Amino acid sequence: MYAQEVKSTGKGVKSLDEMEPIERAFQEKVNAGIKIEPKDWMPEGYRKTLIRQISQHAHSEIVGQLPEGAWITRAPTLERKAILIAKVQDEAGHGLYLYCAAETLGVSRDQMTEQLLSGKAKYSSIFNYPTLTWADIGAIGWLVDGAAIMNQVPLQRCSFGPYSRAMIRVCKEESFHQRQGYDIMMKLCNGTQAQQEMAQDALNRWWQPSLMMFGPSDAQSVHSAQSMAWKIKQDTNDELRQKFVDQTVPQAKYLGLCVPDPDLKWNEEKGGYDFGEIDWEEFFEVVAGNGPCNADRMAARRKAWSDGAWFRDGLMAHAHKKQTRNVAAE
Amino acid sequence: MSNEWPLWEVFIRGQHGMAHRHVGSLHAPDAELAVNHARDVYTRRNEGVSIWVVKADDITASAPGEKGPLFEPANSKVYRHPTFFDIPDDVGRM
Ligand SMILES: [Fe+2]
Ligand SMILES: [Fe+2]
Repeated sequence: MYAQEVKSTGKGVKSLDEMEPIERAFQEKVNAGIKIEPKDWMPEGYRKTLIRQISQHAHSEIVGQLPEGAWITRAPTLERKAILIAKVQDEAGHGLYLYCAAETLGVSRDQMTEQLLSGKAKYSSIFNYPTLTWADIGAIGWLVDGAAIMNQVPLQRCSFGPYSRAMIRVCKEESFHQRQGYDIMMKLCNGTQAQQEMAQDALNRWWQPSLMMFGPSDAQSVHSAQSMAWKIKQDTNDELRQKFVDQTVPQAKYLGLCVPDPDLKWNEEKGGYDFGEIDWEEFFEVVAGNGPCNADRMAARRKAWSDGAWFRDGLMAHAHKKQTRNVAAE
Repeated sequence: MSNEWPLWEVFIRGQHGMAHRHVGSLHAPDAELAVNHARDVYTRRNEGVSIWVVKADDITASAPGEKGPLFEPANSKVYRHPTFFDIPDDVGRM
């Protein structure tokens, strides 16, 4: 999802009997639903997996501001502009809550920034697609934030306290994001034919990438089992994807839009929709850095970091100076 | 990337006269800017009426390993709870 490519340790899941007493006590705490806090003992793999997962999640929130931010200056009304600014600002906040949660595990903010800017750390594939029209802002709120909510709601119950608490804050704010997106879509779908076509075109382009947000299919994601045992993941990628499709298809129907999937049909027996195979080749290409906007996104982040350096350093120098002056005056 | 802003822990007092509560942390060069950032990061929806920020380095925390010696002694002192005492109903409200 926002952390699609998190590799936990390659070893299989140990049973309680195979564990040393300290690890066993840890696992029993997790099983009992007791939160793990930063200073508690934890397996190295748990720490590493969480750092990767939380920092990927944080990077996604931060890079995720770019596609929507591109429309702030072009929003169709002043009200839409104010709403979009608030939405994008929330995403910055989400990134900050998550970076702080990761820092409690012993990684520094600068290390994480460095990993993002060097391309070593990943972020969600979804933010490597361009926002071509205003309808894309509607589609992102509706579909991308919708998919994010589906993933983040179970993460509120994650075994790691700081991550769980960050997710609770994030989830409180996400609902506005999805609703403002759907509101944009409703407006367009009740508008002129050109506006309806614009909405349909946005759905056509964002549908598949949104489904990819849940990550590779369960058959391909070998690392789920350990993450599930550690309760840093609660549902499998395919379970969440199915839930998302089942929730979203009726919403598209309400808008009078057509979901761009010829294989989509209701399956009475399973009580959900069947849908077409996802283009995994495209997914892995985008994750590998070859999506339509990967280079732009990274360039924008690097520029923001280096352009802001004099400002960050200046404030730090000022703080030091003030502190020395205060000490001298005492 | 050596000049990282220090980490501050943020405490917010909510609307209804409750104590300040820890809500998270953030980086800022000094206390004044930490308050400004806390306003933006943690109170975008009227979550509070007052903000405290404390440098994370200045907080002393109890160690997880001390949990037993610190907190277990209270377990045996059940008489600290009012329900320990049986007062006859005839006495009235107490
Ligand atoms: Fe977010
Ligand atoms: Fe969002």
